[in-house]
Amino acid sequence: MKRYSGFSLLKNALSYHENWQKVWRNPTPKKDYDVIIVGGGGHGLATAYYLAKVHGITNVAVVEKGYLGGGNTARNTTIIRSNYLWDEAAQLYELSLKLWEGLSQELNYNVMFSQRGVLNLGHNLQDMRDIERRVNANRLNGIDGEVVTPQRIKEIAPLINISPDSRYPILGASWQPRGGTARHDAVAWGYARGADALGVDMIQQTEVIGIRRKGGAVVGVETSNGFIGARKVACVAAGSSGVVAAMAGLRLPVESRPLQALVSEPIKPCLDTVVMSNAVHGYISQSDKGDLVIGAGVDSYNGYGQRGSLHVIEHTVQAICELFPAFSRVRMNRQWGGIVDTCPDACPIISKTSVQGLYFNCGWGTGGFKATPGSGYVFADTVANDRPHPLAKAFNLDRFNTGALIDEHGAAGVAH
Amino acid sequence: MLLIYCPHCLEHREEEEFSYGGEAHIARPLNPEALSDEQWADYLFFRKNPRGIHHEMWYHAIGCRRYFNATRNTVTYEILETYKVGTQPQITGADV
Ligand SMILES: Cc1cc2nc3c(=O)[nH]c(=O)nc-3n(C[C@H](O)[C@H](O)[C@H](O)COP(=O)(O)OP(=O)(O)OC[C@H]3O[C@@H](n4cnc5c(N)ncnc54)[C@H](O)[C@@H]3O)c2cc1C
Ligand SMILES: [Zn+2]
Repeated sequence: MKRYSGFSLLKNALSYHENWQKVWRNPTPKKDYDVIIVGGGGHGLATAYYLAKVHGITNVAVVEKGYLGGGNTARNTTIIRSNYLWDEAAQLYELSLKLWEGLSQELNYNVMFSQRGVLNLGHNLQDMRDIERRVNANRLNGIDGEVVTPQRIKEIAPLINISPDSRYPILGASWQPRGGTARHDAVAWGYARGADALGVDMIQQTEVIGIRRKGGAVVGVETSNGFIGARKVACVAAGSSGVVAAMAGLRLPVESRPLQALVSEPIKPCLDTVVMSNAVHGYISQSDKGDLVIGAGVDSYNGYGQRGSLHVIEHTVQAICELFPAFSRVRMNRQWGGIVDTCPDACPIISKTSVQGLYFNCGWGTGGFKATPGSGYVFADTVANDRPHPLAKAFNLDRFNTGALIDEHGAAGVAH
Repeated sequence: MLLIYCPHCLEHREEEEFSYGGEAHIARPLNPEALSDEQWADYLFFRKNPRGIHHEMWYHAIGCRRYFNATRNTVTYEILETYKVGTQPQITGADV
């Protein structure tokens, strides 16, 4: 892999940028791999990268039915934070945040990680009690956080309406300064490039349609382009996880729902932080291009159609206009949906299964982008060693049988 | 926005009048204490979540305030039929 640097930029300018090395190869699949990863989203690509980098397992293929990073990776609103309530979740998301902090250097790829801070607004007394409790829990876990007053919120985001007679009065917020956003595509591309350089094969436009097993152990996957053998199969298929699990005769406690987002026309810089509100189902930030990036609540019904109902985003935009009256004149440019795999306790599943050599990493629902590095890191460790990584243990599939759920509806909820 | 035919009101109404009730035809086990943890978890948490034909409950919250079932395609979102609780769907996954 040729490293990117200021020098390489200058050198390639001399040949009109026509001779850059391909970011990854486009190999024909081998007959057999040590590990096949099903799903080339951020989480699958991060898993491949850490398998190769940390565990030296390089005979790996990522099998993706579309193109790399074209699923929820490309569709999310890129909010990153680690201020979850319970120890298990907080530690997992905080591992991820720490990895984000060094990721551009690690990958030699600018993922545009911007620690612009995240505000989670409270609109009533109960919101504020929950926020106090969550921030206290975060600080006990060594995670940065503060409870801030409406005046302080106004300093951070001057366009916000903190008038006490607004429709959704703002009583305060949690503030995580280390939170922020990153460039979603760059995360997928950076991990793919890093994994490819270590020998991982990226197999695109190839759908996994079956999981072949022999005597209770996995032996490979059937794909739209034929059978590929593997000793281990690691599934990271987000909204399609239930469909993939069924290929091995397994059921998962996930339901697939549409989650929508929209962006406005680009406008001048006016919001240099992330503002989220659980109560009004809306969250907003401004991209480096200038568009306002707005995320909605999840549609109530199950769906795989990568679109949802208009009234859901209408509701969100109404609330955003109440919070930021100045945005009422901004025109919206594009709107889309992704299919998120929601779990009953709003926490992921990172787990071995009853089939030997078959692993699942799913259930991230509405909020898995922020977890991309940490998810890949602990999942690679789980797959490499055939036992849960210490931080993944609590996210085992058997928690639904034992009842040891990790209820993050408060911190995850609709917001991400 | 879905237009949903309520089999009680006998009218198509907008989705906003309804709320979604999840997978239909799940009977509460009559004897929970006789179930294993796995069986109880299955009842509580594990749903079919199919890509395709789905039988699901809807509640006409801002209407007659009654539950009914619908058969819906989860890829196209087309509602193929709605029917009263206690009756069986005419259309099943095998038909499509
Ligand atoms: C509108 C929206 C806003 C969001 N906002 C945020 C946010 O602000 N912050 C946050 O942290 N999270 C957010 N999320 C959630 C986040 O996007 C997901 O949790 C995360 O991206 C899921 O992991 P992934 O990147 O690996 O998934 P994906 O990118 O969806 O990857 C899964 C891949 O598996 C592939 N696949 C599926 N089935 C098969 C098969 N049979 N064979 C081969 N390949 C297959 C798919 O094509 C896909 O590329 C949001 C999601 C949406 C939809
Ligand atoms: Zn009715």
